Formats: sequence, structure tokens, C-alpha cells
Amino acid sequence: MTDQTAAGGVVLAADGTPLKASLNRALRRNRIRAVMLVAPLLLFILFSFLIPIFDMTFRSVDNWHVGTLMPKTSAALAGWDGKDIPEEPVFVALVADLQAGAKSRQIGKVGTRLNYEKSGLRGMITSSARKSKRLKEGPYKAKVLKMHKKWRDLETWAVIKRNTAPYTIGYYLNAVDMKYGQTGEIVMQPENRRIYGKLFIRTFAISLAITVICVILAYPISFLLATLPLRYSNLLMIFVLLPFWTSLLVRTTAWIAMLQSQGVLNDLFVFFGLVDDENRLQLIHNLTGTIIAMTHILLPFMVLPLYSVMKTIPPTYMRAALSLGANPVVAFVRVYMPQTLSGIGAGSVLVFILSIGYYITPALVGGTDGTLISNQIAYHMQSSLNWGLAGALGAILLASVLALYLLYNRIVGIDNMRLG
Amino acid sequence: MSDASDTLVKFESVQKSYDGETLVVKDFNLDVARGEFVTMLGPSGSGKTTCLMMLAGFEPATHGEIYLDGVPINNVPPHKRGIGMVFQNYALFPHMTVAENLAFPLQVRNMGKSEISEKVNGALDMVRLGGFGDRRPAQLSGGQQQRVAVARALVFRPQLVLMDEPLGALDKNLREEMQYEIKHIHEDLQVTMVYVTHDQSEALTMSNRIAVFDDGIVQQLAPPDELYEKPLNAFVAGFIGENNRLFGEVKAIDGDFCQVELEGGGGMVKALSVNVDGVGSRTTLSLRPERATIGAAQGESTNSLEAKVEELIYLGDHIRSRVSLSGNDEFIVKVPNSHGHVHLKEGEITQIGWEAEDCRALDA
Repeated sequence: MTDQTAAGGVVLAADGTPLKASLNRALRRNRIRAVMLVAPLLLFILFSFLIPIFDMTFRSVDNWHVGTLMPKTSAALAGWDGKDIPEEPVFVALVADLQAGAKSRQIGKVGTRLNYEKSGLRGMITSSARKSKRLKEGPYKAKVLKMHKKWRDLETWAVIKRNTAPYTIGYYLNAVDMKYGQTGEIVMQPENRRIYGKLFIRTFAISLAITVICVILAYPISFLLATLPLRYSNLLMIFVLLPFWTSLLVRTTAWIAMLQSQGVLNDLFVFFGLVDDENRLQLIHNLTGTIIAMTHILLPFMVLPLYSVMKTIPPTYMRAALSLGANPVVAFVRVYMPQTLSGIGAGSVLVFILSIGYYITPALVGGTDGTLISNQIAYHMQSSLNWGLAGALGAILLASVLALYLLYNRIVGIDNMRLG
Repeated sequence: MSDASDTLVKFESVQKSYDGETLVVKDFNLDVARGEFVTMLGPSGSGKTTCLMMLAGFEPATHGEIYLDGVPINNVPPHKRGIGMVFQNYALFPHMTVAENLAFPLQVRNMGKSEISEKVNGALDMVRLGGFGDRRPAQLSGGQQQRVAVARALVFRPQLVLMDEPLGALDKNLREEMQYEIKHIHEDLQVTMVYVTHDQSEALTMSNRIAVFDDGIVQQLAPPDELYEKPLNAFVAGFIGENNRLFGEVKAIDGDFCQVELEGGGGMVKALSVNVDGVGSRTTLSLRPERATIGAAQGESTNSLEAKVEELIYLGDHIRSRVSLSGNDEFIVKVPNSHGHVHLKEGEITQIGWEAEDCRALDA
């Protein structure tokens, strides 16, 4: 040892270089190889997953429109105290911005942005921009105030000034059914316009219901799969996995055929006299339909982790419990079930997270009371084009999933989760 | 077996088939006395574990009746039989601590808390694991887990404890240590034990009696010494201990002895007639290696045959000599490394002698 240790206590390799450096050199090749193997997937995830997520999250706070497209007005409003309609210099700047915006055809974006905060402002901006082309000389204040009655509203100016800031929490307020009040304070939306809070609660409740139903349905099946002889369990596994091999759309439409009021299930109910022909059950295009179809689709995600955990539990544990005098029920509850908790946890987290963000099935079979928050996000992405709000809703969803994950880690420990 | 009332376990012509075509256990009969340590010994697939599982209640008997304390138990479910069991891989519940594992059989019997903790501590002390109660099974070594499993099977004071190859997963030294420990626990508690193993030294060390299984049948049921010294058939002779086999034909039977002409041109030898069909039948002669003397002078022992030394292995206390004798070149003689023993050379021709009483003529 002594001759391999330098004066400073550093262990040296045979050639006199520090052992650590030597080891690093020896390991470098392996490390490079590992990075190369991971690189393609990493790049794919980066471009198809991480960058879009950051982009959408950024859009949920981004507020460039007013500041960029109405730079002069923004600057002029900086010193405005908000107590009264601004003075002439602000209007000079406003007219210049409106004229420039009308010319570049960009002013509509400002209108759209302001309209999210207070409806009617899009019309005000676009019509004023059109009319501003005819304004040749000042003073502008009186002329602009005459263009649209909203210019005479103090709240309009408050909204414009608030949105000269480059970032906003307006979308998030909107996503949790709040808004800025007339004097810039944060207030709840009026009762009839609160939709997202209810939708979030409904999404969580439906996801929870689906998770619970999945546990109840998957547990006995997984137990059977884990205990049957291999040739039977293989066959059963094929039945469990069959949904995976069928298109999601086909499965969902099959449920429509099954569950609709003239569908197979209702026909059977009527045939056996369980319900009257006039009072056929409404099983689809509502909450029931969403829960039935999503449970069916997500069931394998519960079965697989449960199965893989149960497969590792030797039957001798149950035998040992029986030989020690526990009746079969006690043995099952006290000895078998606790050992499957990691599987229940893994399956539940998986199913819950998947169902919280589920989109296509609720869209097809959900009707009005069976749609989830993801359908609302899709609506804002595709129809209303309010990407900021879509981003805010998505970010809240993401944050709540992460919070759940952390909570799970705190209670159960993520290391105890076994997916297979 | 002294008295019928002393019999705790009784198998009465028990048969077992899994597929309805072949019998895994064919006509099994066994009486286990109270306080006895009986081992079922046999190669894998001989039906010994199946018999244990039928006794524990995990496998139904296809035919026949099993009695526990005089009561037929074929229709009693396992949890009502009150039989302690130690499994091959211990089957300690991984989500419970050692103390919780031991408390489990007491809790399901609705015992009071203080009584439970008293009994659990007593059981832990019995297996010298006091202070380990808060550990998880995974934090214990194999031998410690084994002792916990034994303690758990005993803590509720069952009258019968079954052990299914409990030492199979341990290394050799630990296995021997545990053999003595289980033997001592058996002696201290006077509990009846039925033990299954394929390891003959385990069986010989611990048991009062051993049932040697093969092919679904008990080949011989006897105390260890009798099993080794007086095997009743060729399987038992070959399975227990080391054994030299010579094949031949019975030429004459004279009382307890018979004359056998060896195959391979060894000539006539005299042997104890144990299990032969009569004059003219084939027989297997069984001779323990330590009962043969090497370099014996002609006429010194009843049988004396010429042999060629093939191989000598020095083992310290004895020299293991492989010789070829009457066409059998796997014939082993143990030469004790005593003062003035015969010094052999490989390739040397010598005389092997043995007494007629030590050579048993068994079934072919």
C-alpha cells in the first residue's frame, strides 16, 4: 500500500497517475456507449414531449400582444394612475399604434387577447383601428372616445394597462374560475360562468371512480391469472390484453353500439322485462357511458401490475397462514393482500393518471355530463384557439398529477411500486 | 409402536393420484407415536412430500384415511388441524416483523395481548433469537430465518409439527448445526415431528424412525441403525450410505444363509439370505465398504475374493480404495489409516474378504 500512495494521500495506479483518473479513463468508453444508446430516444422525447410541454406552459403566462403590438400606448400608459380616462399624450400614442396595427393587420391579435379579459374589446379594437386610418391630426382624445363607447369605460383602460406587462396570470385565473375585477382585484367569476372548477372536480371524481372499479374488477382476475396453471393463464392473459390489440376508436364505438338506447344491452333488458320499452336506460353519452368505456379500456393497466406482483407471491405463504390456524379469509386479508399493496398502488397511480388526461373516449361517449377537463383543453386548442387558457388548464393538470405522485411517494414510497 | 392409544398419526392405505392415471403414493401405511421423530426419506418424486401435504391438509387423499389422535381428518380443513408446519423456504410473512410472524398463530386463536407477547418472547428465546423481534425476515440470515420458522410452527404448541425439507436452502455447516438444534428442540418439547428430506445424513442424525420412500411406496420403515445395517431391499441398501453391489444367482439356501454364484466369474460366496425368491433366482448382494477387509489371508474370513486395486484416494482417516472384483470395478473398500495398515499400490492384486453376516442377499 505504502508505495502506491503519494504524499498527499492520493492512491496512485501502477503507472503513477492518480487511481481516480485512471478509473475515469477506463469507464469513459462505457459511459459514452451508454449515452449513445440512449440518445435517439432522448432526442425524440425532447422534441416531441418536453419542448411542447414547456412551450404550452410558457404560453399560459406569455402576454406579448399588447406590449409588442402597441408599444407607444404601453409606454404612455406607464405613468397613468388609473383614476380617470388618460390624457391626450396617451391617445396620440394609441392612434399611432392603431394605425400601425391596421396597416400590418396585426391589431386583431390585440383585440382577441383583450377580449379574453373583457368581452367586447375585440370589436372595439378592430373597429377603432379601421376608423383610425381616417384620423389625420389631433387632438385625438375626443375623436377616439367617440369611436366606441368602451373607450369611455375606465375598466377598458385598466385592462389595457394590466396587459402591457409581458407576463400574466390571467389565464390561470380564468382556469380556476376567477378574474380581475373592475379595479384590478382578483374576484370569482359570476356563478353561471364557473365551469372549470366543476370540471376539474368531476375529472378527479370520475378518475377515482374508474380507479376503484378497476381495482375491484382486476384483483380477482389477476389472482386467477397468477394462480392458474400456465396454459390456462396464458389464454386468460390473451383475453385481458385483447383490448390492447383493438383500435381505441373501434372499442369506443363498440360500446356505443352496446349501450345506446336501441343497443344490445337495452334490448336484452327489455326482452327480460327488466325495463319498459318506453323507459330504456340512458347508458351512453353521459357519465355512465364514460365510466363504463374508460374502465374497459384502462382495466389492463391495473391487471398487469397486479398480476406481476401476485406472480411473485409463492403459494406457501397462504399455506403457512392456514397451517398456523388462520381461516382462509383471515389468511387472505392478513397475509396475501398486504403483499399485493405495491401492485394495487402501481396500478392505481397508472390508471388514475391515465384517466385524468383521457380525451377520446369521453369525447365520443361522454355527452355533456361525461366530458373531462381534457375535452375542454382540446376545445381551447382546436376551436376557440385560446392556447393560453389551454396551456394553463394543462399545466394545472400536470401539476396535480405531479402532486399526486409526490403524495404517493410520501405515503407508499415509489420504490415499492412495481409495474412488472 | 407400543400401544394404540400412543399413536398420534395414522395413515391407513392412503393413495394419491393427481391426474387419475398414475399413483404418486401407492398404499401408504404409517403409524407415528406421540413424541416420535419420524422422517420420510426418499429421492425427489418418490411421494414423500405429497404424504406430508396430505397430512397437513393441502392435498386431499385420493383413497384411504388419515387419523390424527384417532380422529379421521380427511375432511378437516388445514386451519382446523392444529398442525405446525415448517416450509422449505420458511414462508415467513415478509410484511410482518419477526415478532408479528410469531404472534400471527396466537392472534388468530384470539389470545390476549400480554399472553401473546409472553409466548412470542419465550419462542424467540427458545431459538436463541431474543431481541430480534423487531427485525423483518429479509434482515435475517438464512439460519436465523430458519429458526424463526421453527419457532413460529411451535409457538402455538401444536401436538404435531411437520417439516418439509426445512434445511435445503442452508449451506453445509449451518445445516448440521440446525440438525442438532431441531433434534434438541424435539427432545426438550417432546413434540411429535414428521420430517421430510432427501438428505440421508439429516435423516440419520435426527430421527427415531425413518420411512424410506421410493416410487410411491415405503420401502422400509425402521430406526436409523437398522436401516443402515439391515436394509431389506436393494433400493434401501443403495440409498442409505455407501454400498457395494454384486449380482449373482442363488444356488442353495441353507437356513438364514445362501450360496450365491457371482456374475462376472467371481465364484461362490456365502451371504445372509434376506430377500431372495428362492433357489435359481437373481439376487443383489449388498456389502458396506467398511465391512470388507483388504489383503486378508485366505481362510481368514468366510468369503475371500481376488481383486485388482484400481484407485487409491487418501482421505486422512481412511484410504478409499477402489478395486475391481468379480467384474465390478466400482467396488469400494475403506482401509482405516490405523497403525500398521496394509499399504497398497495401484494395479496390485490383493484379496478382499468379508463375513457372510455382513453380506446381505437382497432382491435383484
